[in-house]
Order: sequence, then structure tokens, then C-alpha cells
Amino acid sequence: MIDTLVIILSQPFMQRALIGGIFISLCASLLGVSLVLKRYSMIGDGLSHVGFGAAVIATALGFAPLAVAIPVVVIFAFLLLRLGENSKIKGDAAVAIVSTGALAAGVAVSSLSGGMNQDFNSYMFGTILGLSDSDVILSIAVSVPVLILFILFYNKIFAVTFDETFSKATGVKTEIYNALVAVLTALIIVVGMRLMGALLISSLVIFPALTSMRVCRTYKSVMICSCFVSVTCFILGIFGSVLFNMPTGASIVIANIGAFIIFWIAGLITNKN
Amino acid sequence: MALIEAKNVSLGYDGTDVVTGLTFNVNKGDYLCVVGENGSGKSTLIKALLGLKKCSSGHLHFLEGLKQNQIGYLPQQTVSQKDFPASVYEVVLSGTLGKKNLFGFYSARDKRKALDNMSMLGISELKNKCYRNLSGGQQQRALLARALCATDTLLLLDEPVTGLDPKAAEELYSLLYHLNKEHKITIIMVSHDIRASLEYSTHILHLKGDRFFFGTAEEYRSSETGINFFGGENK
Repeated sequence: MIDTLVIILSQPFMQRALIGGIFISLCASLLGVSLVLKRYSMIGDGLSHVGFGAAVIATALGFAPLAVAIPVVVIFAFLLLRLGENSKIKGDAAVAIVSTGALAAGVAVSSLSGGMNQDFNSYMFGTILGLSDSDVILSIAVSVPVLILFILFYNKIFAVTFDETFSKATGVKTEIYNALVAVLTALIIVVGMRLMGALLISSLVIFPALTSMRVCRTYKSVMICSCFVSVTCFILGIFGSVLFNMPTGASIVIANIGAFIIFWIAGLITNKN
Repeated sequence: MALIEAKNVSLGYDGTDVVTGLTFNVNKGDYLCVVGENGSGKSTLIKALLGLKKCSSGHLHFLEGLKQNQIGYLPQQTVSQKDFPASVYEVVLSGTLGKKNLFGFYSARDKRKALDNMSMLGISELKNKCYRNLSGGQQQRALLARALCATDTLLLLDEPVTGLDPKAAEELYSLLYHLNKEHKITIIMVSHDIRASLEYSTHILHLKGDRFFFGTAEEYRSSETGINFFGGENK
């Protein structure tokens, strides 16, 4: 088993997958804590579908997919995160409309332009084991600024997540921090979609936060635990997929489900005592 | 010494005014209760005092060097806070952030202040407890300690006893009374609890559409508005 792992690790495609994936998992789990606590879990899912639709349409029209998908997803992130505040259409309904609409548009355009092609599949299910060097550089280029910004604004993001009205009333510019979270989420979701696929990136955002909230009792420990859970599940998932010859994205999610169940039981036990 | 002066203020939303011609002032050391039926503009007034909403006419003045963002606000709890994983210390400390620059790193002074406020409200031993595991009364104390991190002068409370059992509510009232009397903190409280309002407050502001009552608690007891409202509550 260890020999197999050493052989796997020595493959360049595997090294690229690990580096790119670990960075994206870290960022996704940090942003996920804020989104889950603000009851915005479905927005990650919706945005990944928007990213999918935008990328497929861009490919069909002959544009660079990410160059189109990133601004489109940023715009939708703003719209959806703002919709929760005050609008006639309730937040969850708006997310559902956008999510299915974008998915349908992507599928329709993809079939008009020659059927279910390679790009369609790669945006839907990701190509984590087929990353190029430039993909890895992209994921690092997006993740490192996200991590730095997150650490710099950590206290403010906490305050705005916990109680936006209080923060606003005491003079915190909540719009800035909400916009920051929206843009960072959009960026990570688009790049993550390239790696993990539209169907699975939202689980990278949501699972680690939910898992660590089962046992952790302070915000800081939830953050740290989420990062740890996210990276561990990613590595376990990717090794599992190679060892058992399973689709990578799916086995990462299964690893996350496993972690969630373990933490959930642990939470039940510790809460009883 | 007036801290807040409201002159002929009208407030409303979607173009219709809920409150018109409101004139009152809050002096240092006052304990003002804002009462009135649902939809009479109590929450709108709070938003205006916090600077989250503009008056459609009239003026709200903040005097004595009080800045609008130095009001210690105790909002009604939101659903998502009920299961929020954060320690009491993290919550209280976040009250100091309003005065900070873009990044908001905590200084030693902020931490000191958070700890002082927690001991003043008797929740020091809850420091590392998880906010979501506290009782309703303890949660309100934590939020009160956070509010005190944002102010030394004025607390603004939005129906603070909602959802508390009678004992916890009574404790919160006497805590507020203590803060008002001993620490000279001015209090503005929106409340449905007219009995406690009359017992603890020095002044009452009763909102009633285009009319309103403003005066001391004594005056309110003998006023027509007071008798009607008070009497109605006891029937």
C-alpha cells in the first residue's frame, strides 16, 4: 500500500492535483464558514452552476472560458448575496432560479454546438487529475490573495457574520466586507469548478464548515478545524480515488461525508457529558 | 445636558410617514423607554438613532461629543445567532471593532475592556463558553457586554427581554437599572413591557402615529395616553 502511494506521489499529474487542490480546498473551507453561518449554503451551489453555464457558453462562442466565467459569477454573487436582504423574491427561490437557469443554458448551448463534448464534461465533473501547470499557477494565484485577505480581515468578517446590524450601527463598513466575501467566493468557486467540477465545488465550501461546527465551540477553532478537515478529506479522497479507481470528485465528497458523520457522533458524545 | 435632541422629526418608509412631528430629548443619565403598539414606528426610530435611516424631515442632533457610532446597541437576536459557534469572549470583543481602521486587529486595551465589561455584568466565568449553549438571559448579558465595548455613554436596547423567562427578564432589568444608576450610562429602551418600563425608567416616549407622548414616567402615569395604554394592558 505504501509502495503504491509512493508511486502515485511521484507522478507529476498527481503532484499538480495535490498542490492545486489543497490551495482551493483551504480557501473554500474558510469562505464556507461565513456562508454556512449566514444561511447562504445554497449560494455556493448556485454560483457553481452559473460558472458552468458561463464557461460552456464562452467555449461555444470561442472565448476563454475562465475570462468570461469569473466576471459573470462575481456579478451573480453580488446579486444573490444582496437578494437575501430585501427583495420580493426570497433568497432561496432566487438561488434556485439562477442555478437551474444557468445549468439549462449551459446544457442547451453545449448541445447546439455539437453535443456533450469534452469541455462540458470537464466543467461538470472537473479534471483534477488532468491539471496543466497553468491551472496550478492559476489556483495558487487566486488562493494566496484570498488567504491573505481572509487573515487580515478576520475580526471584521467575524463581526459582520455574527451580527451585521450591530456592526453597521457601530460604524463598521459592512458593505465592504460583504462585497469582499462575495468576490472571494466567486473567484474560488470558478477556479474550483475548473478543478473539481460544478457539481462538487459547493460541497468543498459547505461540508468542512458544517463538519467542524459539530464539535468546535469557538469561531477560531471552527476556522482552523475546517481548514484541517477540508485538506485531509481532499487528500484522502484523491488517494482513495486512485487506489479504488473511483471518480476523484465523488470520492472527495465521500471522504467529507465520512468526516461529517464522525464529527457528528463525536459532537453528540461530547455534548452529553 | 442633552445627549440627543430630536426636533420635529418625521420618519417612515416607502414614502409614507409612520411618525410625524416627533420632538424629544435625552439627557445624560436618563432612562428612556419607548413604547407603543406594533407598527407605531419604534423600530424605525431605532434605525434613525443608529444612523441606518434618514429622517424624512426634522433633525436628530447628537450633542456632548456623542458620535452616532458610539451608541451601544443591543439588537433583537436573529435566528442564525442561536446556533452560532463563537465563544462569549469572541462575541464581546467584537464590540470594539466599530472604532477601528480597515483591518480591525484587537489591541491589549480592547481585550482589557472586554474582560472588564464581562466582569461588570457577572459573566466572566462564561468567557470560553460557546454562545449557542448559553441560556437566553446569559446571551443577552453577552450582547450587553459587547454593546458596552462600543460605548461608555449610551445604550440603545430593542425589546431586550423578548423570549426571556420572567426571572431572567427581572435580572436583566435590575442589571440595566444598576448600569444606569451606578455607571451613569444613559439608556434608551424599546419595550412592550409597560409595567417594567414605568418601574425603572425616568422618561417615557409613547409613539402613536401622528401623536405622541413624551415626558417623565410620573407625568405619563397621570396622562391620558398613559392611562389608556396602561389600563388597556391590565384588562
